[in-house]
Amino acid sequence: MIKFNLFVLPFSLGLIYIVYSIIIHYYRWIKALPAVDKVKLATGIRTPSKVTASLKEIFLEGLIHRKLWKRNPLLGYMHMSFALGWFLLIVVGNLESRIYHGAYINAPYYPIFLKFFIHDRLVLFFEIFTVPAFFRFIMDFLLLFVLSGLTLALIKRKQSKWFGMKQTTQHSLFDRVALSCLWMIFPMRLLAESYTAGYFGGGGGFLTQNLGNLLIAVTPGPAEIIAYFFWWSYSLVLGLFFIMMPYSRYMHIPSELLLIVFRHCGIQSKKWGSSFSDLEAHSCSRCGVCIDACQLDFAAGIRNIQAVYLIRGQRDQYITEYIAMTCMICGRCQEACPVGIKADSLRLIKRREIGSGQVSDFSYITSTHPGFADVVYFAGCMSHLTPSIHIAMEGIFKKAGVNYLFMDQDGSICCGRPLMLAGKDKQANELIEFNKTLIRQTRAKLLVTSCPICYKVFREEYNLPIRIQHHSQYLLELVKEGKIALQSQHRKVVYHDPCDLGRGGNVYEAPRELLGKISDLVATEKNCADALCCGGSLGLMNTSIQKKDEVTRNALQSLLKNEPDILVTACPLCKKTFSKHSQTEVRDIAELVHDAIPGRNILSTRAILETETVTS
Amino acid sequence: MGNSVIIIGGGISGMTAAGILVQQGLDVTLLEKENETGGHLARWDRLFPDRRKASEVLDFVKAGLNQVKIVTGVTVTGISKHDYDFTITTRIQHPASSIHSQFSASALLLATGFDLFEARKKEEYGYGIYNNVITSADLEDQFKSGKGILTREGKIPGRIGLVHCVGSRDEKVGNLYCSKVCCVTGVKQAIELKEMYPASEVFNFYMDLRMFDRHFEELYYEAQQKWGVSFIRGRLSECAENPDGSIILKTEDTLTGKPLKMTVDLLILLTGFVPAIGTSAICGMLGLKSGTDGFVNSADSHTSNNSSGVPGVFLAGALKGPISIGEAIADARAAAVQLAGYIKSTTAYND
Repeated sequence: MIKFNLFVLPFSLGLIYIVYSIIIHYYRWIKALPAVDKVKLATGIRTPSKVTASLKEIFLEGLIHRKLWKRNPLLGYMHMSFALGWFLLIVVGNLESRIYHGAYINAPYYPIFLKFFIHDRLVLFFEIFTVPAFFRFIMDFLLLFVLSGLTLALIKRKQSKWFGMKQTTQHSLFDRVALSCLWMIFPMRLLAESYTAGYFGGGGGFLTQNLGNLLIAVTPGPAEIIAYFFWWSYSLVLGLFFIMMPYSRYMHIPSELLLIVFRHCGIQSKKWGSSFSDLEAHSCSRCGVCIDACQLDFAAGIRNIQAVYLIRGQRDQYITEYIAMTCMICGRCQEACPVGIKADSLRLIKRREIGSGQVSDFSYITSTHPGFADVVYFAGCMSHLTPSIHIAMEGIFKKAGVNYLFMDQDGSICCGRPLMLAGKDKQANELIEFNKTLIRQTRAKLLVTSCPICYKVFREEYNLPIRIQHHSQYLLELVKEGKIALQSQHRKVVYHDPCDLGRGGNVYEAPRELLGKISDLVATEKNCADALCCGGSLGLMNTSIQKKDEVTRNALQSLLKNEPDILVTACPLCKKTFSKHSQTEVRDIAELVHDAIPGRNILSTRAILETETVTS
Repeated sequence: MGNSVIIIGGGISGMTAAGILVQQGLDVTLLEKENETGGHLARWDRLFPDRRKASEVLDFVKAGLNQVKIVTGVTVTGISKHDYDFTITTRIQHPASSIHSQFSASALLLATGFDLFEARKKEEYGYGIYNNVITSADLEDQFKSGKGILTREGKIPGRIGLVHCVGSRDEKVGNLYCSKVCCVTGVKQAIELKEMYPASEVFNFYMDLRMFDRHFEELYYEAQQKWGVSFIRGRLSECAENPDGSIILKTEDTLTGKPLKMTVDLLILLTGFVPAIGTSAICGMLGLKSGTDGFVNSADSHTSNNSSGVPGVFLAGALKGPISIGEAIADARAAAVQLAGYIKSTTAYND
């Protein structure tokens, strides 16, 4: 016999709607995948290891929220109590309902509203050693678990700092209404179950029965009607939440599940908007963790452009040019994102939409055969603005007896990345093709660059058949091969990870190992994946120099806390940017290596400068 | 309450004011951080627009300093104010030890001047890296030495470039302001170089030429018509060095709209003004405000340009922003008059 009451209707309609909506979304995302990705997906979901890995990640990230735990235990617990608590309420609730309902097929509302239909007064609320009593205990415990998370969520509104967050997302009105519905669900359930248990004088667990008895005692009026009112409210907020879900941030719950599967099947972001990107955008919970990671926010006070707002705009198709262009593409938000959304890729997609229409004329570039060499060296245009770097590199090449060719000695043809950062990929490709021809002509087996910006684009876009190294990697190799001998100068140095070398190129260890040999490397506050951007980013298209200066000064403050003699970086742009504001000497790692080769002339002119300052 | 005055800064402004103030019968002490007075002027060979000797101006100003107590080689380490009296503590840096001493005064004149922009900050121009890149001040040193202007390799430069606006009007180094005197200095130095080496080619790379004062425009015409100096409108983007030590320039001729590459034997960077390094510390001691450019703000840029806003503290010269020698002298005289008036009024009030 199926039990029914009219109040289950709002929930049931909402459930039908959300299930339908999720199916439609999933169908669209999968259907829109390029053929090659469809094959990847089809193969992936038949590969047990990938399925296991997906399920593991869904469990760890979707339910436990491991990354948030690592970030801040309170934040992790809050999210876990909601996700895992609600999930278990559904699972355990379904099992519990089986005790009272033998059939295999259950009306979906039945477990949800079980306590309305069943008042098992034979089980006393303090028992836990019988099967029904055990379930009753567990269900009350889980409800308490979720409510503890809700309490924390309320506290977080006022005291986000306790949760490791300085700033929280400015939510849209719609998201706030959906949030209110979500927050109402569990208190309504508590009240409905408690009043019912109190009215029937039994059937509740340690939480609901006690509270129910108390409520009946202290509130006047017809308890049965009050209970019924709360059952209606519970159903209504649930139904309303489900209906709002596809349009609110809570769509991230079903989306992230599919995103995890997609990723484990090897599906990636595309250059242009794709179903993967749309899925990524829907998977954003708008938690706002990216806001605190953003230097434009905490150093320059620029709000409303952070990843969360970009992604919201992407999902709702309203991203403005301002949001798309105001970003250093430093990758800090991606690193912080608990869902692993590649916000920089999403932003560049938007920039491509904006920038693709503009034309550039590169007809003035003429080509001559560069000659042959074992190693082709590409300083990059930024290194031409900091000539100490390529002068140091040439000195080292010569000392090591390397047969090298300075490809862009006579001024450079851009690697293409600045154009790509501006969304002008088509124009960048012209330069890339041009450079590729030159590199191929040299017949070199190794391409060394002094610029992490070039390094990233050489690796990701050039598709060269030869090895590509940043000079920090190359110099370390020279040392290891015994081609150059170094003598430590024992200067106290800090190392600044350039964005495109660290987060962008995953080169963290080589420069540190190298610096360990030639100097006394001291720690910095934020390093490796958490390193700050220097503020000179070519990716920031429309922000005033004053704002960039604020980012730079803030980063310098953090870097120079341990009062090093030299601030060392491995990027000409970082060097240039820091030099503008730093009282401490700023040098590239190649310059330090050059000076550490015994018998070489010290490149630094700083020593002369310092004596002058002292005498003046 | 007395009639003693302390002037901080022994450049052209500080010295000029000192001369006026002793004439007024005041007891003047001049504190200078260098071992010599004279400031930047002492380093300069000739002045625009008429190319008279800088030493003549210096001698004129110094002639009035007989009764001024001049203390050189001292750094101001502290200033405190009690009612109408200032106490200034200083440090004389000796190789072995440092000597601290105290001065008191009824009024202060700040004439701490400016520093030249550190050309190494524009690393792309190669100062300190390439031998044949020098600054306009280095060129004056060489003019003054009278040994002629040669490349580091000892050759007469066949082609010379002068780069305007180095460290001025340049957001990339954080200086938005115009240094005002470099334009005409560049024109003056171009003429002097042509005069020395008529066969050499001289190129000035500029953004726009601000010939704001009397005879400046005429000098600019003269440079072109009489001396054949070439002016190319375009900001230098970067330099490189040839194996022979000559310098490759990359710029854009913005009048023809074409990228331009040129080799010169000698490159001169017309470095601009930056606030003197010690000024901000002194401002901190007195609670004076600076603008976003780092130069000191006067109480009112039109009507009280020599008042600091702090009673008894006056301002003179390039600590308020770039100015020429003539303007510095006029400004120092105005400041001296104001300061003398202040002393007179407070003395009368207190007596």
